[in-house]
Amino acid sequence: MAIGIRTDNLRKIYDTPPPSAARGAGFSFASQRSGAPKEKKKKLEVVALDGVTLEIEGGEIFGLLGPNGAGKSTTIGILTTRTQPTSGRAFIGEYDVWKQQVEAKRLIGVVPQRPNLDFALTAREILLFHGAYFGQSARERAERTEALLEKFKLTDRADHMVRTFSGGMMQRISIARAMMHDPEVLFLDEPSAGLDPQTRLLLWEIVRDYNRLGKTIVLTTHYMDEADELCGRLAIIDHGKIIAAGSPRKLKSSIPGGYLLRLKFESVPGELAAFLKAMPGVSEVRAGGQGALDVYADRGGPLIGPIVNAAQAMGIELRDVHIAEPSLETLFLHHTGRSLRD
Amino acid sequence: MNWKTFFAMLHRDGHVARRNLLPMLVQNLLQPLLLVFVFGRILTSSGMMPNQYKNILLPGIMAISMVLSGVQGVAMPLITEFQFTREIEDRLLAPMATGWLAVEKIVAGMIQALVAGLVVIPAAWLVLGSGVTISMSQPFEFAAICLLVALFSSAGGLALGVSVGQTQIGLMFSLVLAPMMMFGCAYYPWSFLKFFPALQYAVLINPLVYASEGLRGSLMPQVPHMPLAASIGALVAIDAALLVAGIQKFNKKAVS
Repeated sequence: MAIGIRTDNLRKIYDTPPPSAARGAGFSFASQRSGAPKEKKKKLEVVALDGVTLEIEGGEIFGLLGPNGAGKSTTIGILTTRTQPTSGRAFIGEYDVWKQQVEAKRLIGVVPQRPNLDFALTAREILLFHGAYFGQSARERAERTEALLEKFKLTDRADHMVRTFSGGMMQRISIARAMMHDPEVLFLDEPSAGLDPQTRLLLWEIVRDYNRLGKTIVLTTHYMDEADELCGRLAIIDHGKIIAAGSPRKLKSSIPGGYLLRLKFESVPGELAAFLKAMPGVSEVRAGGQGALDVYADRGGPLIGPIVNAAQAMGIELRDVHIAEPSLETLFLHHTGRSLRD
Repeated sequence: MNWKTFFAMLHRDGHVARRNLLPMLVQNLLQPLLLVFVFGRILTSSGMMPNQYKNILLPGIMAISMVLSGVQGVAMPLITEFQFTREIEDRLLAPMATGWLAVEKIVAGMIQALVAGLVVIPAAWLVLGSGVTISMSQPFEFAAICLLVALFSSAGGLALGVSVGQTQIGLMFSLVLAPMMMFGCAYYPWSFLKFFPALQYAVLINPLVYASEGLRGSLMPQVPHMPLAASIGALVAIDAALLVAGIQKFNKKAVS
């Protein structure tokens, strides 16, 4: 039976620099200062998660999409017992992740953002020992190890120490290790970061194949195409909060108009904004300051001609035009006012 | 408790230790044996030291070797595994409560310390030449002291390993280990410190004192040593404290 995942109002506040799970992320979220006023040295508090409630169904591929430091890795850290939530609860199937860690750990496989391989071992030993940790018989783990080495094209390097491996190979053995004990839920934290396009496609194929066996997959990414291509449903997370959730199609159709025209004028008088708002197909106009205007509309190119003409008639110079088709990127922009890559 | 996982991890540590057996033995034993040769052989043969000094030195060297093996076998791997690569994570994600991983590290460290300690006896005996009188009249006391010293070594290794960062390893050696070895009564019996009364009481906070004196008392009862009961009692208390502190800190360090 496929295992679902549920989180209930998760909050995580770090009072020391956020460690492993979330490391590498540039923390851009709001930091607060706390402590009694008498305290000489005030503690820095980093709010990594601010009330995250999620419902992931068994057997789906669920994506967490967001920029660096949004709280993706912290969410994965809590769901995989590696991070203690400040408040709130998380469940893998029926098990409370923090209180029933051993039961939860049996159900999950984890591919971390950065390979945390056991560098004292060879690739084959990593898989064999991992199987042994999960109580597999000698025969079972030998068979699975050979199959996984073959699947991930690592057979010819199987007896080399993994510390001599390239980044891509380390990533592959990490994924193989996470699948070694045949977990019901597979977590992948930015699995395609640092992979070449070919290996990335191989990874997507492997993830889809694994999902077809009825397994639940949770992955984080900041690549739009990956979320779009792979995920049945996704949640967009920013500053530790879920700002939108649903299927990629549903999310994209929720953007007013769908198309986004990012315009830049030398200046924006009120009459220009009013004209744009009144144009057919335009659903929303937002001023971005310094002559920038974001226009949400149900069409893209056909609006440009009339806009140029109107601007010329008003004696305003149009300096830049960018048309974005309906995408998760525009969705993210719509909710946060920032690009995902910012 | 999931013993399959526990023994699989013990098997893993044994496998890695066997792979590094030679460098590990050299790291743990070469320096103590060179000391044995210089002080126990050269200085005694030349008449600078009485022959009796060999018997004082051997248990102390055994204690030092066991303690060093705990540092090399538990603390150093832990520091590496907890650094930014988080190599330990695959074992933290295994279906076993986190604290048991610390216990497994301690058991593995004890085995290594016992091996290191028992190898020293024949090796030092060979290096020292004639005049070494080992007494096996108190086998149970000797076994108990050996186990307690091994536990001190590996629980101490755990406590150090989870407290010290990658960048502070050099500091750990010069600030913690060097004074501990010099003031650990390894090269002289505790009673010889009577001419330095303040020092004689100050060194009592050093666990190595009880390890050296305990081994001396159980292996070479003919040389001056503390009462065995005092050594055993102190080691039990120190072991318990290090165990609790080490496991607590390990659990804390294991999650973020």
